[in-house]
Amino acid sequence: MTTKPILTVKDLSVTFPDNNGGLDALGTLSFDIHPREFICFLGPSGSGKTTLLRALAGLIQPTSGSVNFMHHHQPKIGMVFQQSNLMPWRTVMENIQISLELDGAGEIKAQNKAREMIKLMGLKGFENSFPRDLSGGMAQRVAIARALIHDPDLLLLDEPFASLDALTRERMWTELSNIWQEKKKTVVMVTHSINESLFLADRVMVLTKRPGKIKLDVEVDLPRPRVDDIRYTSHFGKLAKKLRAAIE
Amino acid sequence: MIRRNSGADSIVWIEEGTSTTPYGICVDSRPENVRRFRGFLWIYSTRLTSGPLSVFTPRSFTYAEAFLFANQMKPKTLQSLSRWLGLLSILLAIPLWALVVQVSGLPKFILPSPADVWTRFLKALEDGSLLYHTGITLAEILLGLLAGVTFATIVGYLLAKSRPLEIALSPYLVASQAIPIVAIAPLLVIWLGDGILSKVVICALIVFFPVLVNTVVGVRAVPPALYDLMRSLRASRWQILFKLELPASLPVLLGGLRIGATLSVIGAIVGELVDAEQGLGFLLQLGDFQYDTSMVFVAVFMLIALALSLYGVVTLLERKFLKWQK
Repeated sequence: MTTKPILTVKDLSVTFPDNNGGLDALGTLSFDIHPREFICFLGPSGSGKTTLLRALAGLIQPTSGSVNFMHHHQPKIGMVFQQSNLMPWRTVMENIQISLELDGAGEIKAQNKAREMIKLMGLKGFENSFPRDLSGGMAQRVAIARALIHDPDLLLLDEPFASLDALTRERMWTELSNIWQEKKKTVVMVTHSINESLFLADRVMVLTKRPGKIKLDVEVDLPRPRVDDIRYTSHFGKLAKKLRAAIE
Repeated sequence: MIRRNSGADSIVWIEEGTSTTPYGICVDSRPENVRRFRGFLWIYSTRLTSGPLSVFTPRSFTYAEAFLFANQMKPKTLQSLSRWLGLLSILLAIPLWALVVQVSGLPKFILPSPADVWTRFLKALEDGSLLYHTGITLAEILLGLLAGVTFATIVGYLLAKSRPLEIALSPYLVASQAIPIVAIAPLLVIWLGDGILSKVVICALIVFFPVLVNTVVGVRAVPPALYDLMRSLRASRWQILFKLELPASLPVLLGGLRIGATLSVIGAIVGELVDAEQGLGFLLQLGDFQYDTSMVFVAVFMLIALALSLYGVVTLLERKFLKWQK
């Protein structure tokens, strides 16, 4: 990559206080993320993946080290959680609009943007449904639309498809891949699925067990746009094997 | 009635009702059958009067879900009947009451007949005394409710947000609940006079605790993940309050208001019975002193009407603001 990195993480570590001198969730991590890159952190449960994302989102303060963004100190963030995390009292439209609402955007503008997102995510017809009427896959689509609507500098995905059934999950991979192709956002995703990381990312970093450190940094040179069949190629298999060997 | 389709054992068909008003749902774990039965499901769901299936979106169900839905469905006739059933039972009680008076031969100052009470009601309405005293009591209730709810919501919110504050204040809060309001009502009347103020304060006190508890519970129950969402979007303190905490805890808050609304009627009457020159409690006592038992009945019915109206208002609020709950 020749561009300047959008995000520089230097010697990041996070320790949670406990009775036993503190729990080291994240070891010292350093990496750069370039604009429009799709980065995936892969690791076993308890490797501090979610902690890393929360630190990037500014939800927790790093114990040491730094997270620096280029150009501006406060990047706009879109976050998708393990559960859809929708507000049950808001309709699909209203849920998608929340970030624009918080930014004080006009109602008409917010609604137009939301309609655009609804079309993009294939949610037409569900505009006025409440979250209780949505299936898991639909709800997660709404969550992705909500994370994209304010045109964030950084999209953070925390195992966004973990709660979906296998078939829906794979369909969502293709959809997310297409959307990324269209929107070209900078994405950081954490997952424990090797297939998911290879199918979606440009670069996969494998984390060690707690405290999480980067064990392996792999460039995923699979052609885009990626289609389902790519998962059955020998190159995909080779990469998957390499990642599998690195995961403890 | 639950019927298992003999052809394919993965299909469960729950059916109730008659052949003229059939409804049912079909469950199948196999995707190809779910698709085949979608049309069926949809057709049947349009015949439902209410319940989750009227906003039905085609998808597969688990057996447990299907059973739940089937239990929630009721034929239209039964639903509209149950709506009138309450009114019907009240209407039946009146002739029964008249009959008891007739048969027992009790004097009017012990048990007046419905006709006596009705006449007394019309008279009190005509001379304006009834409306005046009802108005006074209603004012006490509403002011007390407003003060109690406002204060309790603010304190409750602070308690929910701060453990130390909760620990420091909880002995007082528990103690304040251990003392029956009837016991401190005379004190409050001595301190604040026999006017409207002492009743408003008694009302506010009796409303305070249930609303406070519900506020604490409601605010604590806001999902932590939604705080994460709001903070990742850089929401301000006020935005978090109005766009997350308030709507998320509203169901519980309105539950508190529902309890508070009924209690506030009790508060106002307790205050008026201690000492008052006006209000329905005063009217009640006046009727008692003058052996005007019909008047006592009129006052009691007015109180019931007040309590029911308040309850109704809260229910309307719930219906308006909690549409998303079902």
